[in-house]
Amino acid sequence: MFGQANVLAAGQAAFPPTVEDFYLPSILPWGAHESYWFTKITAMVWIAVGVLIIFFLASYRNPQLVPTKKQWFAESIYGFVRNNIAVDMIGHAGVRFAPYFTTLFCFVLLTNAFAIIPFFQISPNSHIAFPAILAIISYVLFNYIGIRQHGFVKYFKNSLIPPAPWYILPLLIPIELFSTFIVRPFSLAVRLFANMFAGHMLLLVFTLGGFAMLSANAWLAPVSVLSWVMTIALTFLEFLVIVLQAYVFTVLTASYVQGALAEEH
Amino acid sequence: MYFLAAEGGESTHNPIIPLWQEVVVGTVAFAVLCFVLMKFVFPRMEQTFQARVDAIEGGIKRAEAAQAEANQLLEQYRAQLAEARTDAAKIRDDARADAEGIRQDVLAKAREESDRIIQAGKDQLAAERATIVRELRSEVGAIAVDLASKIVGESLADEARRKGTVDRFLSGLESTGAR
Repeated sequence: MFGQANVLAAGQAAFPPTVEDFYLPSILPWGAHESYWFTKITAMVWIAVGVLIIFFLASYRNPQLVPTKKQWFAESIYGFVRNNIAVDMIGHAGVRFAPYFTTLFCFVLLTNAFAIIPFFQISPNSHIAFPAILAIISYVLFNYIGIRQHGFVKYFKNSLIPPAPWYILPLLIPIELFSTFIVRPFSLAVRLFANMFAGHMLLLVFTLGGFAMLSANAWLAPVSVLSWVMTIALTFLEFLVIVLQAYVFTVLTASYVQGALAEEH
Repeated sequence: MYFLAAEGGESTHNPIIPLWQEVVVGTVAFAVLCFVLMKFVFPRMEQTFQARVDAIEGGIKRAEAAQAEANQLLEQYRAQLAEARTDAAKIRDDARADAEGIRQDVLAKAREESDRIIQAGKDQLAAERATIVRELRSEVGAIAVDLASKIVGESLADEARRKGTVDRFLSGLESTGAR
């Protein structure tokens, strides 16, 4: 953002935007380029954590049987994840995972939402570190649950050996191993990361493109305006992606846990 | 940014390689979030949900109990009412039977009484008649003998008494009259 501001202030649009636009100079120390401890991205993560903690603690400080509006809102979020994701996917046993799923959902949703909130305007999830952490937690979670439920040997037998004729197993077992234990965490992390990365890149392209055309030739001003209108339209699309990806990440985690808990393959 | 980076001559970033500093920050931040929410917020929500379910189910249970009690009372009242009706019918039947019995008794007694009275009357009549007949018979005999004596000119009284002529005649007369 600071980079863009500099560019815009200088009246020159850096076009096309590059990967470097995702790596802003750090806040502390101010303007450093190789320091990543306190950047806009990490600050947003802390803000997200702080906002969620304050919101939930404040709205659930004094829970009533007949909820207040704030309490009702907090309960609706938890109730949504609990009933529509945890219980729907896993069944009654899913209730005990609902707290984690809700935390995950809220965290991903809010950090995603920074992509279109004015002055934040970039999601921490466009840096793969954060989706990767969440994916690793999901990976550890579903494997741990599976091993605890079935025991080490039976869990891997359940996961790796599908009910198929023996002669096809040499083909199926490597595929299962690959898809369940290697691809899953990557696909989880990359899906979220790539969506947020691409979303931010799209908005950059249309915003900066407008400036680039304007500075290139004044006659292109109407096209610049069209480009900015497209930015607004894409912001709505981005909103959809934000909510959808938060939901998908949570649902897939729930689905992996369900698969680990299931008796049969 | 692009220009700054270009001026600084920095190495370019690869977006698919996570920055380890961000991994550390993200892990700590998310761990804090998980700890607070999963320890202090969501379990309490679960408790509230449970309390709400209990409250609603308790209300339903209480209503069901009240309903059951009301039904039982209604059933009891109905049973009592039916019993009372049966009792009343029985009492009425008994009373009717009693009345019939009493009527029969009274009738029988009355009939007996009337029979007795009639019998007594008849007996009395018969006795009076017998008396009258006896008196008449002696008088008629005496009168007839007197009359015959006057006609014949001599006293036939002793003769008649001796031979029972008058009695025989009267008997014959009676039997003729009776026929």
